[in-house]
Amino acid sequence: MLYIFMLGYDVDFGHMEAVSLISAPKYPEKQVGYIVTSCLLNENHDFLRLAINTVRNDIIGRNETFQCLALTMVGNIGGRDFAESLAPDVQKLLISSSCRPLVRKKAALCLLRLFRKNPDVVNVDGWVDRMAQLLDERDLGVLTSSMSLLVALVSNNHEAYWSCLPKCVKTLERLARNQDIPQEYTYYGIPSPWLQVKTMRALQYFPTIEDPNTRRSLFEVLQRILMGTDVVKNVNKNNASHAVLFEALALVMHLDAEKEMMSQCVALLGKFIAVREPNIRYLGLENMTRMLLVTDVQDIIKRHQAQIITSLKDPDISIRRRALDLLYGMCDITNAKDIVEELLQYLSTAEFAMREELSLKAAILAEKFAPDLSWYVDVILQLIDKAGDFVSDDIWFRVVQFVTNNEDLQPYAAAKAREYLDKPAIHETMVKVSAYLLGEFGHLLARRPGCSPKELFSIIHEKLPTVLSSTIPILLSTYAKILMHTQPPDPELQNQIWGIFNKYESCIDAEIQQRAVEYHALSRKGASLMDILAEMPKFPERQSALIKKAEDTEVDTAEQSAIKLRAQQQMSSALVVTDQRPANGTPSGIQLSLVKVPSMSINEDQNMAEQGLSHENGILSKVDPQTPSADLLGDLLGPLAIEGPPGTDVQSQQNIVSGLENVPNTVEAAAIVPVEEQTNSVQPIGSIAERFHALCLKDSGVLYEDPYIQIGIKAEWRAHQGRVVLFLGNKNTSPLVSVHAIILPPSHLKIELSLVPDTIPPRAQVQCPLEVVNLRPSRDVAVLDFSYKFGNNMVNAKLRLPAVLNKFLHPISVSGDEFFPQWRSLSGPPLKLQEVVRGVRPMPLLDMANLFNSFRLMVSPGLDPNPNNLVASTTYYSESTRPMLCLIRIETDPADRTQLRMTVASGDPTLTFELKEFIKEQLVSIPTALRSPMAATPAPPIPQPTSPAAALTDPGAMLAGLL
Amino acid sequence: MIRFILLQNRQGKTRLAKYYVPLEDSEKHKVEYEVHRLVVNRDPKFTNFVEFRTHKVIYRRYAGLFFSLCVDITDNELAYLECIHLFVEILDHFFSNVCELDLVFNFHKAIIERMGELEKLE
Repeated sequence: MLYIFMLGYDVDFGHMEAVSLISAPKYPEKQVGYIVTSCLLNENHDFLRLAINTVRNDIIGRNETFQCLALTMVGNIGGRDFAESLAPDVQKLLISSSCRPLVRKKAALCLLRLFRKNPDVVNVDGWVDRMAQLLDERDLGVLTSSMSLLVALVSNNHEAYWSCLPKCVKTLERLARNQDIPQEYTYYGIPSPWLQVKTMRALQYFPTIEDPNTRRSLFEVLQRILMGTDVVKNVNKNNASHAVLFEALALVMHLDAEKEMMSQCVALLGKFIAVREPNIRYLGLENMTRMLLVTDVQDIIKRHQAQIITSLKDPDISIRRRALDLLYGMCDITNAKDIVEELLQYLSTAEFAMREELSLKAAILAEKFAPDLSWYVDVILQLIDKAGDFVSDDIWFRVVQFVTNNEDLQPYAAAKAREYLDKPAIHETMVKVSAYLLGEFGHLLARRPGCSPKELFSIIHEKLPTVLSSTIPILLSTYAKILMHTQPPDPELQNQIWGIFNKYESCIDAEIQQRAVEYHALSRKGASLMDILAEMPKFPERQSALIKKAEDTEVDTAEQSAIKLRAQQQMSSALVVTDQRPANGTPSGIQLSLVKVPSMSINEDQNMAEQGLSHENGILSKVDPQTPSADLLGDLLGPLAIEGPPGTDVQSQQNIVSGLENVPNTVEAAAIVPVEEQTNSVQPIGSIAERFHALCLKDSGVLYEDPYIQIGIKAEWRAHQGRVVLFLGNKNTSPLVSVHAIILPPSHLKIELSLVPDTIPPRAQVQCPLEVVNLRPSRDVAVLDFSYKFGNNMVNAKLRLPAVLNKFLHPISVSGDEFFPQWRSLSGPPLKLQEVVRGVRPMPLLDMANLFNSFRLMVSPGLDPNPNNLVASTTYYSESTRPMLCLIRIETDPADRTQLRMTVASGDPTLTFELKEFIKEQLVSIPTALRSPMAATPAPPIPQPTSPAAALTDPGAMLAGLL
Repeated sequence: MIRFILLQNRQGKTRLAKYYVPLEDSEKHKVEYEVHRLVVNRDPKFTNFVEFRTHKVIYRRYAGLFFSLCVDITDNELAYLECIHLFVEILDHFFSNVCELDLVFNFHKAIIERMGELEKLE
C-alpha cells in the first residue's frame, strides 16, 4: 500500500485496514499498522478516532515496544482528539520512574506535539514542579526532549516556570564544562549542541534573572562561549559551535548584560558580517537586526553601515534580504538620507522578488526620517519613476496626503511633478500622482515658464491615450480643476476640455461617465464651480498605512518569539496613545478635550486640591454639617483634583509643545514625527478612584497601575496602629529612575515612610513599609505624592492612601442588655447626633447591612423591632481617646429609599461627628460602579428578621421610647 | 518547529517527505515544487538558508540530493543545518554508505529508519 501511495495513487480503500491493524495483538502487525497509519493519514482524518482507544491501551499497557509505537504515532499525527483523551496518560509516562529513558523521551516529544497543537486542551497546571524534576534528569536524551517541552511551556507562560530557571543554568554549566557527557551525545567533540541551543532558548523567555549567583554562573558560561568559539576547518564542527554561539548572543541580548559584554557581542557580530562564509555573514546580519530591537547599540552598529551596504549587493538573495532588514532597522534621522539613497540606487538593479518590499521600506523610511519634506517628495517620486510597478497605491496616496496637508510643500511638489511629465515614458502611477498634484496645485506655478494652465493641460492630456481606464477619472478631475483655476476663463481651453467631457459622457465605464457628465454640467455653472471644486480639505492625520502594512506581515511560528514578547510588553502601552496623534500639529478634537480638562484644573491650581483638603479640614472644627448635596459636591471635586493624574497630562502637553518647538516649521514637524516619539504620556490603568474605594473595604490590593509601574498595598491594622507595605513593582525591562514618594499626612495621622530607593531595577519589586498611628478621629485622607521617571517621561501621581477612619474601627457585637444602657447614657448632642439624610443611594436594607459590616460597623440584627431599621456597633481606637464604643441607628423609610434618619452616639463629640459624616459620605457618594467589589467583600449576609419575636419587642419599645 | 522535511533530487523528484503539519496532497505537491525551485538553482557559495513563504528552508546538498527542512524563522538555523548532517550520518550508518538508490529501493527501510530518527532531530 505504501508503494502504491508513493507512486501517487489513491489508497483510500486500505485506510480502514491499516487502522484496524493497530489493534492486532502481535508486534509485526501492530508495527505495520502504526507505520502505515502515520504515513497515510494526517491529524484531521476521521478514521484516527477509531484508533484512540487502542492507542490508549498501548500507552497505558506494560509493553515498552507497544508504548513506543503508540507514542511515536501520536507524536507524528496526534490531533485534538488525541490531546483530549491521551494527554494525562502521556504526562504520567513522562514522569514515571519505572519507564526506560527511551519511552520517556518519546513521551516528552509526544506531549510537546500535543501541547503545541492544542495548548488549551493539555492541562499543564501544576506542571512546574514536574518540569523542574525533569530538568534534573541525568539521561541526556530525556533531558533534550524535556527541554523542547519546556521551551514550548515557557513561551506560553514564563511566569509560572521561574523555578526551572536555575536548573537550566545548571544544565548549561554541565554541558559547557563538558562534565559527564556520554560519548554518544557529543557531536564533533561538542557536548550536545542541540541541548545547549534549546536550553539557551528557554532562558530567553525569562525577562530577568534575579538571583545573583545564578546570574553570575550563567554569565560565566556565556562568556566562555563567546570567547572560546573559534573557526575550525571541519564544516560540521564549525556549524555546531556557531549554532551555540549565535544562540548565546541572542541570550546575552535578552539579559540586559553589562555594557562590556554587549559591546563584545556587537564586535563579534561586526566581525561576522565581514566574513566570506555566507552562513555566518547571514546570521551576523540577522542577529544584528535582532539586536537593534533589544538594546541601544545603534551607534556601534552604524559604524558597520558601509559593510552592510556591501551585503545589500551580495549575489545571494537571502543575504540581501537580511541586509535590507538591517538597514531598515538601523535607519534613523542621521543616516536616513544615505540609506534611502542607497536603497533607491539598488532598486533599479534589484530583482523583481525584492522590489516591492524594497520600495515599501524606502517609502516608510523616507516618511519617518525625512529631514525636510521636499526630500520626502523627491524620494517618492524617484521611487515611482524607478519601480512604478512595485509602488502600491498606498505609497502615492500617502504623498498626496502630505502635500495636501502642508501648504509650503505644494508649489515644490507641483513643480517636481511637472518635471517628471517632461520625461518621454513615464509610469502610470506617475501620471496619476502628477495629474493629481498639478490639478490641485498647478495654479501655484502659473507664473513659471511652461506652466500656464493651457500648457499643463496639454502635457497631461498627452498621456491620456496611454493610460488605463482606472486613471482616466483622475485626469478628468484634473481637467476640471484646471478649468476652474483658469481665471479669467480661456474660451479655447474651455472648449477643448468640454469636448473631452462630452466624449466621455457616453463612456462605458460608469465612474468615468459619471465624472464627465458631472464636471461638464458643473463647469457651465460659472462662479459656483469655484466652491464645488475648491482645493481638497486637509486629510485627517492617521497612522501611515504603509507602516501598518509593514507591521502586518505575519509570521507563523510554533513558539512565540522571545523578542516579540519583549517588544510587545514595551509597546502595548505605547499603542494606546498613537491613536491620538495630533493632526497637522494641532491637537485633534479628542486630544484637545483630553488635554484641556486637566489643564483647567491645574490652572485653578493645586489650591483646588488644597481647597478640597482644607475644606474637609474646615468641617472638622465646625459642628454644623453641610447639606448632603454640598457634601456630595465636595466629594466629587475632591477626588477629581487629587486623582486625575495632573502631572502626566501636563507632561503630555509639554511634550507636544516641545516637540513642536524643536523644529522651526511646526506643521511639518508634527506631520512626520515618527510614531515612537509620540508615545510619551502615561495613562493609569483602571480608575484610581475605584481602586481607592475598593481598598477602603479590604486590606490588600492594587493602589495604582500604569504601563510602567504597579503599586500594590498590603495593610495590617491593630487598634490605633497600622502597618502598611507599599509594593512598587517595575513592570518593564529597563529600570525606573528618580523614584520619589512623599506622604502628605493629615494632622490626625502620624505616618512614617521608610526610605524609598531612587531606582527600581527592571522587573523588580520594592517594598516600602509605612507605620501609621491614629492620633484622633478625622475623616481626612493621607496623600501619597509619587513620581518616577521612565525614559524622558516624568510621571507623577497623587494617590489617596486607604488609611481611612474605618480602618481604626473594630467591630463589636453587643447584646440588647449592653446596648440600651449605653444608648441611654449618651444623651443628646454633642455626644449623640441625629440627622435626616436625603439623597441616599437607594439600596435594599440587606445591602446596607453588608455595607456597614464591610466598614467594620457590626450590625446587630433584631435589636430594633422595626424591620426597616438597622442598629450597629463598633469600637474606635485612637491614641488620644480610649477604645470608644460607637453606636449607630439607621431608620429607613420603606416608601422613600432615598432618605433615612441616622443617629450616631459615642463618648467623644468629635468622634460622633466624624463617624456620622463618614457614614453619610458612604451612603450618598459612592459611585454605583463600586457595588461589585462591595459585594465581593466577605460580609456575612444578615438575615432580616421577618417578624420581630416577642422577646425583642421589649427592648424595641425601650429604644423607641429613648428616641 | 520543523514543518516538513523533504529529500529531493536535482530533477525535483521527491525521495522522502515528512510533514508535521496537515497539508492536502495538492498543497504538498505545490510545496515540493516550490522548494525544489528555490534550492536547486542556488550557488554552492550561497547560504544554506532561504526564506519560503512565512518560514525558512534550511537545505543542504549531498551529491545530487537536497535535504530541505522547513522551520520557523525564529529557529536556530545552524542547529538545524547540523541536524540534517546528523540525519545523513545516521542514514549512512544504516545503509553503510548511503546513496539515492538506497532510498529508492529500500523505501520501507528508510521509512522505518526515519520514524525513529527524525523525532530525535526535533
